[in-house]
Amino acid sequence: MNKVFARSAGLTETALSYCPGCTHGIVHRLVAECLEELSLREKTIGVAPVGCAVTAYKFFNCDMQQAAHGRAPAVATGIKRVLPDRTVFTYQGDGDLASIGMAEIVHAAARGEKITVIFINNAIYGMTGGQMAPTTLAGQITTTSPTGRDPEKVGHPIRVCELLSSLQGVAFLARVSTHDPKHVGLAKAAIKKAFQTQEAKQGFALVEVLSTCPTNWGLSPIESLKWLEDKMIPYYPLATFKQPEEVTAVGS
Amino acid sequence: MSERVMMKGNEALAEGAIRAGCRFFFGYPITPQNEIPEYMSRRMPQVEGTFLQAESEVSAINMVYGAGAAGARVMTSSSSPGISLKMEGLSYLAGSEIPCLIANIQRGGPGLGGLAPSQSDYFQATKGGGHGDYHAIVLAPNSVQEMADMPGLGFVLADRYRTQVIILSDAILGQMMEPLTLPEMGFPGPVEKPWATTGAAGRPKNIINSLGLLGEELYAINLRLQEKYGRISAAEVRWEEENTADADLVVVAYGTTSRIVKSAAALARAEGQRVGLFRPLTLWPFPSEALAGLAEAGKHFLVAEMSAGQMVEDVRLAVNGKTPVALFGKLNGIIPTVREIYAVIKENCAVAKDGAA
Amino acid sequence: MDKVKKLEIDAERCKGCGLCTHFCPRGLIKTADTFNSKGYKTAVLTDEERCTSCTFCARMCPETAIEVYREAESRKVVG
Repeated sequence: MNKVFARSAGLTETALSYCPGCTHGIVHRLVAECLEELSLREKTIGVAPVGCAVTAYKFFNCDMQQAAHGRAPAVATGIKRVLPDRTVFTYQGDGDLASIGMAEIVHAAARGEKITVIFINNAIYGMTGGQMAPTTLAGQITTTSPTGRDPEKVGHPIRVCELLSSLQGVAFLARVSTHDPKHVGLAKAAIKKAFQTQEAKQGFALVEVLSTCPTNWGLSPIESLKWLEDKMIPYYPLATFKQPEEVTAVGS
Repeated sequence: MSERVMMKGNEALAEGAIRAGCRFFFGYPITPQNEIPEYMSRRMPQVEGTFLQAESEVSAINMVYGAGAAGARVMTSSSSPGISLKMEGLSYLAGSEIPCLIANIQRGGPGLGGLAPSQSDYFQATKGGGHGDYHAIVLAPNSVQEMADMPGLGFVLADRYRTQVIILSDAILGQMMEPLTLPEMGFPGPVEKPWATTGAAGRPKNIINSLGLLGEELYAINLRLQEKYGRISAAEVRWEEENTADADLVVVAYGTTSRIVKSAAALARAEGQRVGLFRPLTLWPFPSEALAGLAEAGKHFLVAEMSAGQMVEDVRLAVNGKTPVALFGKLNGIIPTVREIYAVIKENCAVAKDGAA
Repeated sequence: MDKVKKLEIDAERCKGCGLCTHFCPRGLIKTADTFNSKGYKTAVLTDEERCTSCTFCARMCPETAIEVYREAESRKVVG
């Protein structure tokens, strides 16, 4: 018997603290696998957000910094400017990146900071108990939109990829999903390209990963993946918005 | 119609603000105060008020600035790291003399800290936090009842003096449930705010501003602020004393710590220790005169707080070296117990008795 | 000859989320009746023979609790 699927060395042995069925765990594994497969892990510094992934510094098997809410792109900028030959990534939720951190992400992208951003979009604030996020869908019920998000009062959800795509500093921009094995595979390919973009010094790279929050959506893990597919993808279309002309493959 | 209900502290604070006429709330999620924006999101539409979840605590405090300067009764809430974000806004509010209410449901720090209660934002609340020479009135509840009542007092003071009021609470008060009597709905009449920017039809224009580029301009602003703070200090100090008349030792505490101290002091009293309690209700203006009086009478002091020691400095200033001031400062992360504080009270009572003898 | 199992499911990491159960193309994974130390009913492979080691279960597992083994190709000489 040959081992055909093993736990990546890019993850520590620490058990994940996410809810059962939460796709954070899948994405953590994809990032870890990419760093291993591209032989980047030992020169990588990751930046953890404030949100459910606040303890990501325990799970990724590389140097990590924990940043204030929304400030990860600025923190990553500080790291990358000091250590330009290292791989620097941020891992952020939708409150962290698209709410309080909107200025930081726009400017890191505009400056073309050579960092890789993993953006987890699950249309809600998870850690703090299910409040509305900038990515919450119209009509979606949350603890601060108890009768459903009303676009008349609080506007429509923000499509981050589309928003950032106008900035010249952005070299790689993609939106992917985690709702079935095929899409998990495509997500990994995009994450890999996002790290390769950094390695090739081509500019800012971001992957928006549509994700679930079973606990705060009030759905089972399987129902959540279905809700993601049926409700989120129509509003947040899967696409590669920008990619460099040649994303030079690094490693395999 | 006064209702007797059982409520969580955070929600009682929100309801208390609504009943005091607050019709605008701007805030952002942060544990352990999420129940406040969540409650407001349900309740504000019911009273035709406005709830808006801002993109950050910085935006929220600036929304408060705009709304307050437009004449509204407005508040925001947050917890320690989020309150740090509001400090620039608070300084602007102070310089521009915009009335408002800010609730800080303190959690552990520094930095991202933890979710347990703390009292380590005392300096930030009473000495500034924001830049410049200013003071916010700081109210310190210690029960769900006071969480419901203090917003009303806060708004009255804010409007009376065109100043900012901070309600300095903590995670335990925010999360615990107690029975309380809700305050009556409605505040005594809308307050006239001729200085507010509401559109200058029929009157000279109003400007809300904290810039004083010319030295004399800024000096005049600061003079006006200091004169105001003098009036507030003279008229708005509030505190509670218990068993201080015959006490050898007076324990000074506020908020949740004052509840733990109360239980500990009761144990000590039952054994014949002469211990009294002093609970500031306003942390700014601080009840320095009352404490000085007790020091004059030879009483020793023990300050108990959930921090490395912040209020103790104000107590020492008030006591001015007349008698000893000991500190029981429980560092962030662990909540003090009744037994712990009782042991420290006993120890200090012994010293105080010897001192008196 | 002792056979290594096709799936190694770390029951202590498993949170019983059901994703592996749902995505197994042959429906071979079920939820056990027993609990792990955290109180989760964990995933178990019910039919070793019919498992093709496709790794869908492992790829969807948020806890990376599943490792997959595949039988080495047996060379059958025909004719």
